[in-house]
Parts: sequence; structure tokens; C-alpha cells
Amino acid sequence: MTSIGTGYDLSNSVFSPDGRNFQVEYAVKAVENGGTAIGIRCKDGVVLAVEKIVTSKLLKAGANKRIASVDRHVGIVSAGLVPDGRHFVSRARDEASSWRSTYKGPIPTSALANRLGGYVQAYTLYSSVRPFGITAIVGGWDSEAELPVDGQVGTGPKSGSGGKVEGAKAGGPGLYMIEPSGLYWGYYGAATGKGRQTAKAELEKLDLSAGNLSLVDGVKEAARIIYVAHEDSKDKDFELEMTWISSVDGPTKGRHEEVPKELFDEAEKAAKQSMVGDDEEEEEKTQGEQMEE
Amino acid sequence: MNHFPEAWGRPRNDVYGAYDHSYLQTTGPKAHTSSPAVTGTSVVGVKFNGGVAIATDNLASYGSLARFSDVKRLRTFGDKAIVGFGGDVSDMQYLDRLLASMDINENYSPRGNMLNAKNLHTYLAKVFYKRRSEFNPLWNHVLVAGFDGEGEPFLSSADLLGTTFSAPHLATGFGAHLAVPILRRKFPEGMPLEEISQEDAVQALKDCLKVLFYRDARSIDKYSIAVVTKDGIDLKEDEQIQGQSWAFAERIKGYGAQTV
Repeated sequence: MTSIGTGYDLSNSVFSPDGRNFQVEYAVKAVENGGTAIGIRCKDGVVLAVEKIVTSKLLKAGANKRIASVDRHVGIVSAGLVPDGRHFVSRARDEASSWRSTYKGPIPTSALANRLGGYVQAYTLYSSVRPFGITAIVGGWDSEAELPVDGQVGTGPKSGSGGKVEGAKAGGPGLYMIEPSGLYWGYYGAATGKGRQTAKAELEKLDLSAGNLSLVDGVKEAARIIYVAHEDSKDKDFELEMTWISSVDGPTKGRHEEVPKELFDEAEKAAKQSMVGDDEEEEEKTQGEQMEE
Repeated sequence: MNHFPEAWGRPRNDVYGAYDHSYLQTTGPKAHTSSPAVTGTSVVGVKFNGGVAIATDNLASYGSLARFSDVKRLRTFGDKAIVGFGGDVSDMQYLDRLLASMDINENYSPRGNMLNAKNLHTYLAKVFYKRRSEFNPLWNHVLVAGFDGEGEPFLSSADLLGTTFSAPHLATGFGAHLAVPILRRKFPEGMPLEEISQEDAVQALKDCLKVLFYRDARSIDKYSIAVVTKDGIDLKEDEQIQGQSWAFAERIKGYGAQTV
């Protein structure tokens, strides 16, 4: 960053001569120190997971959740400044409820990501505010079933098409990542925070675009990836937090919920075991190399 | 010149004189909805050993016209409470959306929806009372069924004035006159709840709905029935009144073009 110290980084919304907004880049630095957060878009649902660094032994285990629900069908996890994340979630809930009051139905994940992207971007435009110090992962399931309008009481005539197209497919999983600049993309697998590089490498191995990974396997992979990504900051204690959203005929019935204890424990146990396994392999390798010598 | 925002876009007083408020006056006081339009009739509910059963028919009437015949008047709230709505259907839809948004807000916490039927009933009664105090009532009479804070079966009513009333069996609308006497005969005062089985309660509701269909001209023979127990809600929305016998109608005289 050669232009640092030239004065273009002192105010928000000011470009440097080579076209950069330094305040936004500094916000990205805040994100890079946060606990790793990931999202996986599986064929029948979405998994969100976060590595929650335990900053004090006096904190109650399992309390202070970092993944929040928005409406019934969307979850948000973020890496970076936790209070910024909370405000972001609060805005997302307002957007979802205002969508409901206008359209009498749940907000599509894509529309929510769009509105949140716009909101975050606005915080790069004014000198009176600073950008969000978070990168947020928004995961949701848009119902594939034909939903009644909120408050609907009847179904109307049984005969006639009613303007409906036969066999039209709707809904499905959605996963978006929103950065401090307001930039957002849709992803098959998203990772942010301290261990993002490791996590991204692991996510790429899953070949998610093929659409073969099931939700339950996704939960196990998510747990494993958080554990693998934690290797870099091994000296710190952490808690794993995981939520999921399945299809309407799946285990959560299209709702965003915590992963049930049984499956969570199974996934976490497998993740810990895989770490031990890796270590042993490495040890064996080094031993083998020594033998050769 | 007056630069204050309230003067923007208005004719200048110094040029045109002060605005005469006697123009554009509505006649009489501001009037809110003072009568319901599309209405549902009775809701009937009975407590039994381990839960509550509640039923309504599926009709929404427009005056005396049977306008909508597949209207779901039992609305679930969370997984252990149910509200049966009588009265205005659009106000029911408003309340349904209100309750849906409350349910969403409750579920932001990972513990899920912690409001039980008793809390819900208190809330609804306060909403009704607030609206009637604003002379803008929600034209409904509801039964709330579920469990209270101690896990005991709960059944209570709230009406458009915010009046609340609780009993082991309840009915709104025409049912308050026709169904309650039947229920009181089946389940007399002092009969402990433990002696009323789920089957008895459901059968009693079906009997009441049949009588209501015979005698209430704003009813229909399609109905919804829900049973709330510790295991959750069993809601059936497309039922048909069975075993109708209109033989008694032969003896009814004095209507239409009859001469004898």
C-alpha cells in the first residue's frame, strides 16, 4: 500500500488518485482478524458455521450466539466486528419484515442480499460514517412449494389453472457473501475471517457446483473445515457454532435452525478425529522419511 | 416571506388571505369500520384430559350470502397454541399476520417461540381492548386453545371489546346459544377434566357443529377441527359433517309458500 500516509485514507468516501478507497480496505483488515465463518450451499439446504474464539473463561459455554435468524428461512453469520454484525442482522430483520408487510410473503434470499448489499455500500459514501467492519454470509432457502399469501384463508376455485404455469420450478438454496465495500456475490461455498484461505481451499475440494453434496454431509464438512481452519490459531480456545436450513420436505422444513445436538456432536467428533488422523499421517510420513535417510 | 416547511406549496396568506378551513370539511365525525363485512360464525372449544379440542366451520358469509366456503378459521401459533376466529374475516387476516410477525420475532432466539396459549390470549385481549378504546375495533370473537405456564390445558375467549372469559368449554357467536347448552349437558359443572377423554371432546364438538349446521343459517357442513396435546397440534381443515338427518325439518311449518 504505497499510497498510505498520503492523506487519502483519513476520510471515508475519498478516492486515492489510483482509484482506491482506503477506509474500505481498512475495514477488510478488521474482517481478516475475525473468527472464521463459512457457508455451504448443498443440494437440499444450506449450512452456516463459525469458529467462535473464546475470549474469556468466564463466558458461558454455548451462550452468545454468533449466527442469527432473519425471518424464518434465512440465517446470517459474519466475521469481523461483532457489534457491526449485530447491527447488520438487525437491519436484515427490518428488511425482511418490511418485505413481508409489502408483499405478504417471505423475502427471497437473493432480494435480501441485494438490499443488504445496498445498505453496506451506503456506508462507504459518507464522511460522517465508517464502513462495516464485517463480511457477512447470508444463507437461506426459498420455498419450492407454493406458499399461501400471509393471512390467506381460502384456496379459491378448484377448477381452472388460475394463471399458474404447470411444472414451473421455484425456490431452492441461496448463499451470498457481502463484503465491507457492499460487494456481494452468490456462492456455492463461502468463507471469511482469519482462516478463510484454508477454508476456501477445503471448500474447493468439495466440488459443490456439481450439486451432489447432501445437507447432512455438508454439516460434517462444515465442522471439519472450521477445525482445519483453526489450525493457524491453535493457541486460542474456540467453540463451534452451526446452523442449517433444509428444503421444505427436509429435516428443518425450510426453516433456519441450530443443527440438532445429536448431529452436531457427531459432526464435531468426526472433525476432531480427522484432525488427529492428519497429525498421525504427518508423523508417520516424517518417520518414514527418517527411515529412508 | 415564510420559509418554514409547513408553508411550502401553499398559497401565500399575504396575497390570498388565510386559508378558510370551512372548505373541504367532512360531514360528521371521523368514522371507523362500525360493522363487519365478511364474517365467520361460531367457534367451539372443549378442554379434555391432556389437551384442548377446537372447531369451526369453513364458511365466510357476506351478509346472508354464503360467500366463501373453504375459509380456514383455525390459525396455529407456534406448535402448541391455536386461535379460532369468529367475526370479521379481514380483521382475522390482520390478526393472523400480526401473530405471524410475533412468531418470527420470538424465533430470533434459538430457544424458539416461548409464548404459550395463555400469554397469547392476554396479548390478543389487550389488542382488542386497545382498538375498541380507539373506537376502531377489530370485529372478532376468538377462542385461544393450548396450554398455560404450568402445562395445564388452556381455553379462553376474547371479544371485540377486550372482554375475556374462561371455561372448560366455550363457544362464540351462535354457538354461545346453541352449543354451550349441549356441552354443559355432556360435561356437567364439577366434572373433573380427567374424566373427559380426547375422543369424548372431539365427538362433542362434532355433535355441536351438526346442531349448529341444522339451526344456524350462516353455517356450512364443511368444518375444521384441531386437537392440541403435549405432542403438538393435529389440525384437519377439510372435514365434512357426517350422519345428517333432516327428518325434523318436515315438521317445521310457517315459512315460504306453505299453506297447511
